[in-house]
Amino acid sequence: MTGVAERITGLVGALRAHGVRIGTGESVDAARAVEALGFADRELLREGLAATLLHGAAQRAVFDPVFDLYFPRGVGGPAEGTADREALRDRLARALAADDRALMARLAAEAVDGLGGYGSSPGSDGWSAYQTLERLRPQTLLARVRADVRGRGGGGAAFADRLLDDEIRRRIEEFRRLVGAEARRRVAERRGRDEIARRGVRPTADRVDFLSADRDQLAELRRTVWPLARKLATRLAARRRRAARGTIDLRRTLRSSLSTGGVPMRPVLRRRRPVRPELVLLCDVSGSVSGFSDFTMLLVQALHDQFGKVRVFAFVNRLDEVTGLIDHGRADPDGLGARIRAEATLTGWHGSSDYGMALGEFAERYGDAVGPRTTVFVLGDARTNMNDPNLPAVRDIARRARRLYWLNPEPRARWGTGDSAAPAYAELAEMHECRTARQLGALVSRLLPV
Amino acid sequence: MFTSVDDVSARLAETGYLASPAVATTVFLADRLGKPLLVEGPAGVGKTELAKAVAQVAGARLVRLQCYEGVDESRALYEWNHAKQLLRISAGRDESWDATRTDIFSEEFLLPRPLLTAIRGDEPTVLLIDETDKADVEMEGLLLEVLSDFQITVPELGTVTATRRPFVVLTSNAGRELSEALRRRCLFLHIGFPEEELERRIVRLKVPGLGEALTESVVRVVGALRAMDLRKAPSVAETVDWARTLLALGAGTLDEAVVRESLGVILKHQDDIQKAAAKLDLDAL
Repeated sequence: MTGVAERITGLVGALRAHGVRIGTGESVDAARAVEALGFADRELLREGLAATLLHGAAQRAVFDPVFDLYFPRGVGGPAEGTADREALRDRLARALAADDRALMARLAAEAVDGLGGYGSSPGSDGWSAYQTLERLRPQTLLARVRADVRGRGGGGAAFADRLLDDEIRRRIEEFRRLVGAEARRRVAERRGRDEIARRGVRPTADRVDFLSADRDQLAELRRTVWPLARKLATRLAARRRRAARGTIDLRRTLRSSLSTGGVPMRPVLRRRRPVRPELVLLCDVSGSVSGFSDFTMLLVQALHDQFGKVRVFAFVNRLDEVTGLIDHGRADPDGLGARIRAEATLTGWHGSSDYGMALGEFAERYGDAVGPRTTVFVLGDARTNMNDPNLPAVRDIARRARRLYWLNPEPRARWGTGDSAAPAYAELAEMHECRTARQLGALVSRLLPV
Repeated sequence: MFTSVDDVSARLAETGYLASPAVATTVFLADRLGKPLLVEGPAGVGKTELAKAVAQVAGARLVRLQCYEGVDESRALYEWNHAKQLLRISAGRDESWDATRTDIFSEEFLLPRPLLTAIRGDEPTVLLIDETDKADVEMEGLLLEVLSDFQITVPELGTVTATRRPFVVLTSNAGRELSEALRRRCLFLHIGFPEEELERRIVRLKVPGLGEALTESVVRVVGALRAMDLRKAPSVAETVDWARTLLALGAGTLDEAVVRESLGVILKHQDDIQKAAAKLDLDAL
């Protein structure tokens, strides 16, 4: 069974490319699991490989599509297929009403086969999930499915009936996922599995670029705030413990050595005074970088008990304090960004961001928020829209603060292009590239003061 | 211990634990590969129950180590019985020191704690290390030797190796990120909220008196609540509690008034209750 070993190593390789850390030992375990389980049941095989290869629940989102590529349900298109859109829609409506997963999977295969193909010459053809869904439009079946379920009297109790719409929406979402998986499988047959597994599978939420994340991905990211905060709190506590051990206090060591005849038997360590550091966040919340800012604000809020004081300021071209809004934002993190933009005064005469103006306003109005214990983080892409970057204001903040960091969600290669004032700011503040939640986590655990 | 995955599901079901395919497969593999099983998931989905059910199925003795902040070697591995050692020394006053010394560091004066107990026994054993995330990081280091080689080193006695490997289950609520080293020694199983069908079966099994229509509605409402992004999503334990409450209230069907009154059973935070009430179109509470 040499083919199996190659399958497994291929699968492991693709998972590693997505940032899942898998050692050789786990690969061997996976092979033993395959041996014990056999190939009779694909779902058991999926669970077995997941149990041996994965180390956390978050990795599952990457594992499932990759598994579908390396251990596909079948080869080629469905035996009988139809390109008739209306017939497919009818059958899909019935499958959705009955919540028949097996039938939905079969229909997804037929839909991709019949509606998703594009191109003709070998090499340029393929299957597109987008095109399939665009032609089939399963979301428009909602009313029909609802009527169908109600008509059968399958809705049961009157109360639970009001949940029906949401349930049908979830089923449709599931069907869309199935279509995506099917299209990937068909394309992989044509172009090579390894390539599609690396490129075509969505990365886990923590590896998505903040600037290109869509709404669903941002919502998914927001759900990871609390787990990430707990992880970071553990790391911060470890750093704090290490820091507390401190260095040798020479004066007190010598003093205590007098009792042992001047021989320093027991070194005395310098004890650090437990001072909780203070944190100030300046966040650009203009359209382009708002996803990044919102996420970081929530993360800092989740970490607030690690600090003596956290103050958060938001700006576009004017600046306002939003600490209170974020405190109350815990109940509804999804609406946070909208609320900040609605309730705080962030824009003056125009709506585009102006770093010079906002930083100047901060130095002027809230200068006393920054003291020798304060670490200041500026979050933004440093794109000034050709306005004056106001470097003296930044210099002033840097002089007053303990540390000044700048987290930039743009890739480093784009700093300084166009209207970006990143290189100028980077001379005054320590600037870090921070494109994904994973990078942010690493930076936060390294840079946050303890 | 088990012959196949179906065998696992069937035998666990006999003890009243309905396992999803993922759970059954992973338990089967943990037994086959002889690796510890790390179970994660939200509270109340039956992580601890799984270990108990496996112990019952295998006719094994269950040894449980409950982790908490500050649990240490002397609570987890072993401890010398100092008081008894002192008695022994004062009892044998005429003996030479050498004889006494070899004697007081023998098995008789050793107090085995859960990990040592689990490893020393000859009978089949299920070792449950509960809420591993509550223990300190140092404790994880201690577990590494036990979990990879199933042996414990007692300096005065030598190394105790398991004659029969226990079936190890570690549970975690993800309160703290467990170290990569520990995770790599285990099979990983995430128990999430069950599929609707499985949850219906669980409710039927635990609350047999509840009517079929009501069971169905209960599971659907709980499913909707879980999709709502609440502070604490209701777990299987809450579903069962709710079903019991409805049975006790003598509710025939699920309607607005009943849900409004009993929402507190499944949701534990006031904001959650308000949010759910708004989304479910209940009138103001």
